[in-house]
Amino acid sequence: MTNIAFPAPRKGGAEGFLIALILIGVFFWSLYAVARGGDPLMEQQGWLIMAGSLIGLIMLVGAFSNGGPVNDESQYAEGVIKAGTIATMFWGIAGFLVGVIIALQLAFPNLFYFADFGFLNFGRLRPLHTSAVIFAFGGNALIATSFYVVQRTCRTRIAGGLWPWFVFWGYQFFIVIAATGYLLGITQGKEYAEPEWYADIWLTLVWVVYLLVFLGTLWKRKEPHIYVANWFYLAFIVTIALLHVVNNLAVPVNWFGAWSYPVMSGVQGALTQWWYGHNAVGFFLTAGFLAIMYYFIPKRAERPVYSYRLSIVHFWSLIFIYIWAGPHHLHYTALPEWAQTLGMTFSVMLWMPSWGGMINGLMTLSGAWDKLRTDPVIRMMVLSVAFYGMSTFEGPVMSIRAVNALSHYTDWTIGHVHSGALGWVGFITFGAIYCLVPWLWKRKGMWSKALIEWHFWLATIGILFYIAAMWPSGITQGLMWRAYNDLGFLEYSFVETVEAMHPYYIIRAFGGLLFLIGALMMAYNVYRTIRGGVEETEDRVNPQSSLVAAE
Amino acid sequence: MYEALSQFAQTWGLLLFVLLFAGVLVYALWPGNRERFNKAAQMPLDDAEGPEGTDTGKGRNHG
Ligand code: HEM
Ligand code: HEM
Repeated sequence: MTNIAFPAPRKGGAEGFLIALILIGVFFWSLYAVARGGDPLMEQQGWLIMAGSLIGLIMLVGAFSNGGPVNDESQYAEGVIKAGTIATMFWGIAGFLVGVIIALQLAFPNLFYFADFGFLNFGRLRPLHTSAVIFAFGGNALIATSFYVVQRTCRTRIAGGLWPWFVFWGYQFFIVIAATGYLLGITQGKEYAEPEWYADIWLTLVWVVYLLVFLGTLWKRKEPHIYVANWFYLAFIVTIALLHVVNNLAVPVNWFGAWSYPVMSGVQGALTQWWYGHNAVGFFLTAGFLAIMYYFIPKRAERPVYSYRLSIVHFWSLIFIYIWAGPHHLHYTALPEWAQTLGMTFSVMLWMPSWGGMINGLMTLSGAWDKLRTDPVIRMMVLSVAFYGMSTFEGPVMSIRAVNALSHYTDWTIGHVHSGALGWVGFITFGAIYCLVPWLWKRKGMWSKALIEWHFWLATIGILFYIAAMWPSGITQGLMWRAYNDLGFLEYSFVETVEAMHPYYIIRAFGGLLFLIGALMMAYNVYRTIRGGVEETEDRVNPQSSLVAAE
Repeated sequence: MYEALSQFAQTWGLLLFVLLFAGVLVYALWPGNRERFNKAAQMPLDDAEGPEGTDTGKGRNHG
């Protein structure tokens, strides 16, 4: 097989060879799994994995038959970031669409329910939604922006030649395996960690390469100081690696089958799962997107971050505090009470650094407040930071045990999640995309500023519908569940509480639909911008050269 | 094992973290670092020094 990797060994021969070896290994593993796999589900997944490894090999050959990858140190690598930007948009729309579908399924339970055909049941689509929005949409946004930011702020081309592309495609491959697995019914049953052991091992490999690429770029930086955004990215990458490996420790039932047994069980398993789950929120949905905030807001507002010192304190206090807050997901469970109290205390403490970060983001605009009126992209990013402030205020309140007794298991949690997810994660990502697309494709600005305005308003109203429905719904739900009558019996049967939710679920689905339409407008706008040929645009960005800046 | 670990966490572990964090605060607020941080804050803004509008479209650019 070496002749595949070495047609004309200009550059990147060794890495091409290694990647080829990995892909060939995956190919033979999947071949065996398909031929004599441990279970019927794996026989189906195996075909997909085989196809993935073959496509990977073909792409590798393609890269080399073009004369080998060009690794010009005087230019920033932008191709992989372009791909990441498009992938972010693609998966975002897919994830929002599935969100709208499951929202409708909760309102109209018969939708897509087929008694003898499980693929589209709510139970299978729900993890598809959460993984698509968090890992596919959010993850691609983080990978793409981190590659962009680390190069620019280190004034050097990304390290690793072909490996950043391996990270990009390897990650998409992981998403596809995970997503199709859910539809088939393959899951570990751990929220946000549903993919089974073989997908987990693949992601570990991709993630380690990601870490090495990032570290390698930092290593060869031409600036003495490492800009704060890179600290947040690094914390995100390192912590996710740790969380992912520990939470997914498992023993496969069959080395060529789909299933595995977790190493930790019972209350240890639960605590590990929510140590993972909470820090996935803290380091994936928070630290990573804070990195975006610390680069893209100053960039777009054309002013330095309000207080660089505050950003350092912000970073380290999040790192020190977040790790301990996980037990707030396990109030009133078998977890020892001292651990619950610990989680609660640290969650309340988290409020302070979070708001410090929010203030830092918002005040970066001081002296440029008029941009809020004139630039919808700035407005998006500022609203995003405001939602960050809102959800990091709501979170500490919900982690107080007495409050959690009411909010836990209810739609209140769902409302909290989506004010963070749609508001904070969604808007900061949209803002970054609106900056990146003109920069990368060398356009003066986005094709239509009016469409950005429309996106902004539709998405904002959508979020408002969403969370305004979930608060009353959650509180009603919580109060109905705990209502007793004079004789000490439950006042309401469960199905009565479900019925009471119906109108709220319809409102939520409508809000989600608006959010989805906004994202479709963005996709069209991006498409027109990339296609080019339009000179007149109201939206203006400062051009970003591809040449590595002089020191 | 459990006793020993939790004992350690509640004493030396706690102390270590408090000291580390105090170190961070000192580093962030140290007057001598002001200049450096002010410069660092400008980093995203002066990264576009190259000639403007240079196009990468020409030639292969397998990033
Ligand atoms: C069009 C937009 C969206 C709609 C309509 C939507 C809808 C939904 C629905 C119906 C659920 C299930 C709630 C339940 O089981 O009661 C859900 C769960 C979830 N969604 Fe979304 N979603 C959207 C966007 C997003 C985005 C952008 C993110 C993250 C970046 C996200 C993250 C989550 C998470 C983490 C959960 C699980 C919450 C939990 O278990 O507590 N969603 N979503
Ligand atoms: C100071 C910051 C925060 C604190 C203290 C906090 C606290 C909490 C609490 C107490 C819960 C409910 C746990 C339960 O009853 O099961 C929760 C759920 C959740 N929060 Fe936060 N939150 C914070 C910020 C955020 C942010 C910024 C996001 C998203 C971007 C977020 C995403 C989530 C998600 C996805 C869940 C649902 C987990 C599940 O599936 O059950 N949180 N949070």
